[in-house]
Amino acid sequence: MISDTALTVRGLTKRYGGVAAVDGLSFDVRPGMVTGFLGPNGSGKSTTMRLILGLARPDAGTALIGGLPYRSLRWPLRTVGSVVEARTFQRGRSGRAHLLALAAASDLPAQRVDEVLDDVGLTGAARRKAGGYSLGMAQRLSLAAALLGDPALLILDEPLNGLDPAGVHWMRSLLRSQAAQGRTVLVSSHLISEMALTADRLIVISHGRLLADTTAADLAGRAGGSLENAFLDLTEGSPA
Amino acid sequence: MTRYTFRQAIAMESRKARSLPAISWTLIIGMVATAAFGVLAAYNTRNPGGDPTSNMLAGILVGQLITGVVGALAITGEFDSGMAAVTFTAIPRRSVVLAAKALVWGAVFLVAGEVTVLVTFLGGTAVLRASVPHPSLASPDVLRAVLMTGAYLALTGLIGLGTGALIRRGAAAVATVAGGLFVLPLVIGVADRSLGRLLPELIAGNSLAAVKPVAGFAWSPWLELAIVAVYPAVLLLAGGWQLQRRDA
Repeated sequence: MISDTALTVRGLTKRYGGVAAVDGLSFDVRPGMVTGFLGPNGSGKSTTMRLILGLARPDAGTALIGGLPYRSLRWPLRTVGSVVEARTFQRGRSGRAHLLALAAASDLPAQRVDEVLDDVGLTGAARRKAGGYSLGMAQRLSLAAALLGDPALLILDEPLNGLDPAGVHWMRSLLRSQAAQGRTVLVSSHLISEMALTADRLIVISHGRLLADTTAADLAGRAGGSLENAFLDLTEGSPA
Repeated sequence: MTRYTFRQAIAMESRKARSLPAISWTLIIGMVATAAFGVLAAYNTRNPGGDPTSNMLAGILVGQLITGVVGALAITGEFDSGMAAVTFTAIPRRSVVLAAKALVWGAVFLVAGEVTVLVTFLGGTAVLRASVPHPSLASPDVLRAVLMTGAYLALTGLIGLGTGALIRRGAAAVATVAGGLFVLPLVIGVADRSLGRLLPELIAGNSLAAVKPVAGFAWSPWLELAIVAVYPAVLLLAGGWQLQRRDA
């Protein structure tokens, strides 16, 4: 059952002060394609990702990666690469030292650190304090940490936020090439136009509940070809 | 190796500990100040019947705050920066992360503490006036007082780490550590002297660092050292439990 599904979410629920941020959410994320995780701001996307990564505990339900909860993974960074926080590193440490610490946690050689630094174009700034990085460089460092363990599953929260057009293009080709290599890629966004260009499948949520789990083409077809209208119809019609 | 263990957590934490220059300099400068304070206290010792060893070790009033604050920042820096979530995705068993941090930083603080008290003692005895007795490390009681005081600085560092694991926010944790180590003994020591032998700072000054026994501290220095060690042990166990339980 899980053989063809890298990530399985079933009945996932998380309440904060009696209010459900994630409410009985179930979906599968498949390998070999980019899956867009779409919903308005505050719809529970980030919380769902934090639950999948074991950073928060669900009140009910499960999120399994190849059949295992995140906390039971044998080599977490070699299995799942993730960026779910806006800030992911300490300002006083160099980008390279940050990655070396994560490599040490995963028994990866220093050579692998230099490879990912090169992949994200940070080699020149690698030995500088990360606190001096521009927003784009900071995002590249976060992404380098996610790619470090060459993981089969990538979970990225709003990776296109704050990137300039060249950065968006770069990120989009990276996500597509990761999927083309057979990896599983889950990317959240609140911008339908970005996801229309990036994702093969779309999981749409609002108020922590699943509204649609379908292909981008199918979703657009429901509203006369406009993905944007389809998204707005779905999210505005959802129960408050 | 088929899965990560404590060894990988240690490797990660020692990499982290070595790569924050500001923290390293805070510790180094703080230890230099601690030793300087002690040497000054030795120079100012004039009582021929006093305890010059204990006097010169008084620099730990400063030193305990330095290791305590650095210990707290060693973990709150991760929560304040967002790094904690990345650490816990690398090593999801958070109590393993805290245990590794405690081992790595405990070793750093122990080396820093012992070097500081030995330098203090050598510098302090060199400037002692001719009118006061000159202690020697060849005396078992003097050696014990010096080494235990160095160990005390390691324990206050771990008190800081445990407090940081519980409180998570740097400013609040630092205030708590400073208040708990420094202010609380002043208040309680004045209110009830018999409680003093349970408080780390008063134990350090009146028992661990003392060569001549001090009234009210009749217990063996080894027992008093064990009492001080209960503080970081309880704080780290509570901190580990909280890390595991609370959302990151």
